Parts: sequence; C-alpha cells; structure tokens
Amino acid sequence: MTTMPLTRMVKLAVKNLSQYKLRAGLTMLGIIFGVCSVVAMLSVGEGANREIQEKIQRMGSNNILIKSVKVPKDENSITSSRNMIATYGLTYEDAQQFSQYVPNLEASTPMKVLRYDVQYKARKLQTDVIATTPWFLRVQHYRMMRGRFLTGSDMEFGSPVCVIGSRLARILFAGYDPLGKTLSIDHDAYTVVGIAGDIAQGELPPKGELWLEGENQNVYIPLRTYLNKRGDLFAQWSEGGGTFEKIEIHELILTIDKQENVVRAVDAARRILRKNHKAEDYSIVVPFELIRQARETRRLFNIVLGSIAAISLIVGGIGIMNIMLATVSERTREIGIRRALGARRADIVMQFLMETLILSLSGGMIGLVFGALIPLMITAATEVQTVLTFPAFAIAFTVSVTVSVVFGIYPARRAALMDPIEALRHE
Amino acid sequence: MVPIVELKGASKEYVNGSLRVVALREIDLQIFSGEYAVIMGASGSGKSTLLNLLGCLDPLSGGDYLLGGENISQFSDDQLSDIRSRRIGFIFQSYNLIPQLNVLENIEVPLFYQGVSEAEAAERAVVLAERMGLADRLKHKPMELSGGQQQRVAIARSLVCDPILMLADEPTGNLDTKTGHEILELIDELNAEGKTIVMVTHDDDIAHRAQRVVCFRDGEIISNDWNGASKP
Repeated sequence: MTTMPLTRMVKLAVKNLSQYKLRAGLTMLGIIFGVCSVVAMLSVGEGANREIQEKIQRMGSNNILIKSVKVPKDENSITSSRNMIATYGLTYEDAQQFSQYVPNLEASTPMKVLRYDVQYKARKLQTDVIATTPWFLRVQHYRMMRGRFLTGSDMEFGSPVCVIGSRLARILFAGYDPLGKTLSIDHDAYTVVGIAGDIAQGELPPKGELWLEGENQNVYIPLRTYLNKRGDLFAQWSEGGGTFEKIEIHELILTIDKQENVVRAVDAARRILRKNHKAEDYSIVVPFELIRQARETRRLFNIVLGSIAAISLIVGGIGIMNIMLATVSERTREIGIRRALGARRADIVMQFLMETLILSLSGGMIGLVFGALIPLMITAATEVQTVLTFPAFAIAFTVSVTVSVVFGIYPARRAALMDPIEALRHE
Repeated sequence: MVPIVELKGASKEYVNGSLRVVALREIDLQIFSGEYAVIMGASGSGKSTLLNLLGCLDPLSGGDYLLGGENISQFSDDQLSDIRSRRIGFIFQSYNLIPQLNVLENIEVPLFYQGVSEAEAAERAVVLAERMGLADRLKHKPMELSGGQQQRVAIARSLVCDPILMLADEPTGNLDTKTGHEILELIDELNAEGKTIVMVTHDDDIAHRAQRVVCFRDGEIISNDWNGASKP
C-alpha cells in the first residue's frame, strides 16, 4: 500500500487553505498573537533580569555594602542644629570590630565619599572624591585604563596622588595627557597617577546630570592622605549658611571569602552595628541577597508569564480546532468523494492535519518575526533593555505548533471516521 | 471463467435505533467480465445498498463477496480503500466532483491515493479528458461546466485507474434527455471496449440498452433477465 508523498500533501493543503484566505488568516492570527506575546514578554523579562543581575554582579556578590545614612531629625532640632556639627554614620570602631568579629572576612574597604570642586588649569567642575584604600579596585572590579591605582605605599606615606575616572580625564584634561599632571581638589594639589574605567552602576550619581551610564567621573585618593589633610570634619556651604558633618566612614565594603559565608557575615555585622549605634544611621546592602531576591522575583515572573502564554496558546489552539471542525463539516462531501475514490482514513487525517500544521507553522513564523520586532521597538523607543534569546523562540514556536497539532487531531479524526456513504449523501 | 463480481448469500442489515432493517436478503449474483448490467427497483428495494456493497463502501453483514476472484468480505478498511482506488470506478448521479479542484485535478484524484507520480497522473488525466471532449476545459472548475461536461469529468475520473468494475448510480438523473443520451452513448462505448458496467436506474428506456436487467424488491432479486442476449 502506498502513501502520498509529503510534498503533494503540502501542496494540497496549501491549495485548500488558499480557498479560504480570510478564514485561514484569522485562524493564524490566534497563533501569531500567542507566539508574538510569548517571545516579546520573555525578551522584556530577560532584559530586566539581565539588567538587575548585571547591576548586582558589579557590586560584587561576595561583598557587603554598609553606608552611613543621615537620620532625619524632627523640625526643632533642624533649626537648632544649623551651624552645628552633625555626627553620624560608621565609625572607625565599627570597622575595627568588623575586622575582629565578622567571620570569613577577607578585606574591609573603607571609603569617604565627598563632593568637591576639582580643578585643572582653568577648568573646574564639581564631582565625587572618594578617599579609600588600594583594595577598592579589587573589590569593585574596576578596570585600570592607564597608569596604576592607589598602592600600599601611597597609603603609608600619605602621598598626594589621585586616580581619575575616564570621563573626568576627558573633560578636565581635554587636549592634555592627564598622567603626571597635577590637579587641585578644593585647593589641595594631587598628582594624577592613573585613569580608571567604568564605574559600577550602583554608584551612579542621581539622574538629571548629563552623562552616560557607566562612565566614571570620580577622583580616587588615598584615605590616609585625605585624613592627614582634612580630618573627619566635612564642611559644606550652601545658601543661608553651612553645615558641618563629621562622618568617619561614609561607606564600608566588607569582602567575604565565599558566597555561602555571606549570610553569616551579614548577621555578625548587623549585631555589631546594632550594639554600637543607637539610631539606625547606616544601611546594609547585600548584593548576594539581592541576587536571591531577583531570582525569586524572576521565578514568579516566569510562572505568571507561563500561565499567560499557556492561556493564549490554548485559546489559539481552540481557535484552530473550531475552524477545522467547521471546515470538516463543510467539506463532508469532499471527504466522502475522496474515500470513495480510494483515500484511506490515514490519508484523510493527514490531509486535515497538514492544513492545521501549515496554519500553525506559518502563524508561528509570523509570530516569531513580530515577537522579535516588538522588543526591538521597545528598546528603541524607551530605555527598557530587552534581550532576544533562542530558548524564547524555541519554546514559543514548538509549544504553539504542538498545541495546534494536538487541537487539530480531533477534527481530522472526525473527518476520517465519517461513514463514506453518509458523507456522500451530505448536501 | 471467473466472474468479476460474485455475491454468495450476501446480506445486509442496518440497525436504526431499536429497529433492525434488512436491506438485502441473502443475495446470489454473478456478473462477468464485459457485462453491462442494469439494476432496477423501487426506492428502498435495496439497489443502492447493493451498489455500495459492490463498491466496497459498505461491509456485508453476512455472506461473501468475491471481486475479481478475491474474497474481500473480511478486508480491513485500508484494504477496501485500496481496492476502491485500483479496481472500481464510480459514476454518481450528482457527479461528485471536488469543487475547488479543476478538471485535470479532479480526474487525478484516484491516482493521488495510489502514489502515482504527478507527471504520470497529469499525462493520463489529459488523455482521458481529451477523449471525453474536454480538451479546452482542463483548467476549469466544476462550477464553470455544464452538467453533461461535469458528468464527463466524472467518467474520466472513474476510468483513470483502469478499473475492472464500473459502478454508475443513475448517471443521467440530473441531466436533460439529450445530454443524458450522450452520456449513455459514452457508457455504451465503454462497454463495447470491454468494460464491465453495473448501473442503477429507474428508467426503463435505459434498461433496454443493457444486456441484463436485475430487478429488486424488498432486498431480494425478483428477476434476472438477459434481455434476449445469451446468458454467459
């Protein structure tokens, strides 16, 4: 017994479908929307996920970030505290105790983050000056573009050297080679010894300033040098008066040896801080926990997405089934004729299944194209990052085709099981 | 000589709800190669049932059916489909062409299910269409043809796989007298070429054309005349 060759089945199916172009198009629309929405949603989701992961990764998954936070005071104390010294935040004692009591601590990197005018020749701009230790580079995973970072001897001798961000180098030293030049930070002279690359995203200055993400405009100086010159008191002048702040450590990065020890270390650090501070004038950011949270969120997102996708694909499948049932009953007589002329049941099943398959395959293809275009348009129109991934395409496509074939089997079988005599009598 | 068709005690019953309808009662019938047999009878006499049985569209309830010497009473659905495509040609009262296919494609349908290559199928279909006087209508759809032309397409289709048995169910029922006459001439011609033909009809005039008339009443053969021709 011979079977019809596949190519002829395909031809026949295409021919039959082209009889009802509008109907075929509308049926395909269900699949198109299904596939398209799945791909688009997965791309947006994956984009958001990558963005978060990247951000967290750059903060370092082995790190614990502790920042000093100014505790807001009530009305009365604000007026009375004008021109007085505000003291808050992390202390050297905290740092000392961390080094002693936090288990599995590999390094502790203190930072002072201050806003100063930085000047080279006639050019001047205000930017963040970060006074820190040589460890900083390693902990933050910065790339040195030229020269060197701060070293142990810089710390020891309190050398007046600085490392500048790539953007600052471009703006302040336009036309000059910054290396070896001396710039002034609030009238103190520092010699540029290196240029650092991109900044970690977590440290970006607030929006509204015109610079590109990831570009580094900071100045890094040895903590020892800064302390020798200025001490812990920071004066800031603004309209209507000035404030003095005394903050020993603005930020502290604790680096833990392994990820699995981070949670324990965080607990220890929290205990120490709770003991030493009456008010909660600090905040703890644990990138590792953020990653876990992000994963959890992602999982939830995937479940929601999966359900939406499943529903839309089932709806598409039901659409196909509906149309194929209508087609089968409309073509009952044709089925009878074909059976009388020698078509086996399998031939009839194949004929209708092939039509379903072609509908869903072409619908799936078109859906993929739109599904790829929509995220691109979203990225072009907004800041939202989207990522097209192969699994998204593969899942959307195979699932939609499988669903429609499954839904196509019933009408096809119904056609094949018709009694040929009854079918021939059908008007 | 082995008969083309041999029914031995063939019976057919339908179950219609709780009602059992006997359509054929243990029929014995032999039709030999080259015969032109007409089956007559009132509606409900069992002649349509007989035609469906002969065409392998319906299984027997009892008895045996030998087609070309082969007992097909126990054949599976797939085997019966194969028999239909290779050995039997159907001509229907309402032509039963597939509306979305053109003349050539309609003629090719039975070859499609035999796995004959496209080129060969087209070649055979063209030859038959030309013989039926449809040479200038090859790409037309059935709706664009007259009744007579449609029936010619159906006849071409029934001939395309060179069947051993041609079954015609009132082939002139939907045609005017003149066109019907032309179709009957065509069938005579085929018979003269040696085709075995079994035709169901109400029309006495048509019956006179055949060598043999089988009359049915209530599922039984009541007469079996050779119209004066010699009984084989």
